[in-house]
Amino acid sequence: MNWDWDVVADFMPRFWDGVLVTLQALVLGSLLAFSLGLVWAIAQRSKVKLIRWPVVGITEFIRNTPLLVQLFFLFYVVPEWGPSMSPLVTGVIGLGLHYSTYTAEVYRAGIDGVPVGQWEAATALSLPRTRTWTAVILPQAIRRVVPALGNYVVAMLKDSPMIAVIGAFEMLGEARAFSNETFTFEAYTIVGIAFIVIAYPASLLIRAMERRLVK
Amino acid sequence: MSNDTPNPAPEDKPQTPEGKPQTPEAAPGVPEALAHVNPKVDGSELIRFDRVTKRFGDHVVLDDLEFTVASGKHVTLIGPSGSGKTTILRLLMTLLKPDEGTISVGGRYLTHEERNGKLVPAGEKHIREVRKNIGMVFQQFNLFPNMRVLRNITEAPVHVLGLSKEEAEERARELLELVGLTEHVDKYPSQLSGGQQQRVAIARALAMRPQVLLLDEVTSALDPELVAGVLDVLRDIAHTTDITMLCVTHEMNFARDISDDVLMFNEGRVIESGSPEKMFNDPDHPRTREFLSAVL
Repeated sequence: MNWDWDVVADFMPRFWDGVLVTLQALVLGSLLAFSLGLVWAIAQRSKVKLIRWPVVGITEFIRNTPLLVQLFFLFYVVPEWGPSMSPLVTGVIGLGLHYSTYTAEVYRAGIDGVPVGQWEAATALSLPRTRTWTAVILPQAIRRVVPALGNYVVAMLKDSPMIAVIGAFEMLGEARAFSNETFTFEAYTIVGIAFIVIAYPASLLIRAMERRLVK
Repeated sequence: MSNDTPNPAPEDKPQTPEGKPQTPEAAPGVPEALAHVNPKVDGSELIRFDRVTKRFGDHVVLDDLEFTVASGKHVTLIGPSGSGKTTILRLLMTLLKPDEGTISVGGRYLTHEERNGKLVPAGEKHIREVRKNIGMVFQQFNLFPNMRVLRNITEAPVHVLGLSKEEAEERARELLELVGLTEHVDKYPSQLSGGQQQRVAIARALAMRPQVLLLDEVTSALDPELVAGVLDVLRDIAHTTDITMLCVTHEMNFARDISDDVLMFNEGRVIESGSPEKMFNDPDHPRTREFLSAVL
């Protein structure tokens, strides 16, 4: 097989379409995973069993079933009795929801790592519960876990091709379609390089944050 | 459960006494400027433990404990470790709940509230209300590491007492002057020595203007050369204000210096109490004598 630059040139417009979808899925999925994970983590510490138990059940269920199955379910089953969503929106929700169950564990570890004396000082000052969370506990907890959260962004990047199965053609989905149509292989190579070009600087960034935040 | 407090104040008397009906004038000897620190220093009962029992598993830490502290008094709790001294402070700070008995502060139950004439465990709102009168300084300082010194002190006055940022900062700066740390106002706790951190913690507790200040082995975690600075600040506060203090310490000279009363604890009970002169020079109970000869 010979490398053909003309094939590469033909692929590039679709490649950029794919990159855009990948980055959208990654950024929006991460935001969803970060915020929803925090909600899970706090709800899992609730004193109210009626809040705690369902949240523990749901997050365990999502974490222990494959992302692929969840994507199919969201795209083909949910619209039967719920809203129909575009492939990209479904992909973002699928990735975000799935990874929120991992980030929840990360937050939980961070919250558990805040010394009990911090809670006691907040109690001694009669700080309201929400203020204790937002001003005392979470700033300390999140600072410690930013690098761990960053690792899940990289993991999510590598899982993002799965959303192609529901028609959200990100980089690899575009490459596969293109290669099948043209019987070429260059597109896969380009996409492989693109993953490294995105993931490696991201992991460098995470390491830099780790040095700055975790002392 | 009995509640025959000699204090005529009814259970649900407002927290900050308007003063007029009960105390016609500020207690004698309280400088005007410090009157706010503890407006009701008339020697009446401020803290009451009524048949309090606290267990950790099978271990009985406090055993049917009864004692009272009058307002404005400085009381030191001494005794061997494990005798329940710190537990008393933690119960007062509502960091622990008693298994039996009641605790009242300023004539109001801290642990319970009356609903339809029945005494029930206190709800969060009630506890919050009564607890505002109590401040605590911890062995490990427990400053908020994510906040600068100034915000450590202003955080609660702003978000609990509803002070404006400016009022709270003015109060904080006054207190930092009192503890001798004016120049460190913009530092983070990690940039301060242990002794300095503890002095910030004292300022933070005082910023809430509590009636009662709880001091839980506040010098135990400090390097020896830093202890004196912290104790000097506390001496200063003890001698110039009428804030009620409950103090657990192993610094016997400090205890002798600031205390009105010394309570000797053993196995969850007060076995002897009296003035520091009496307790340190001529205690009655053999266990007290044995303990003091070991620590002095």
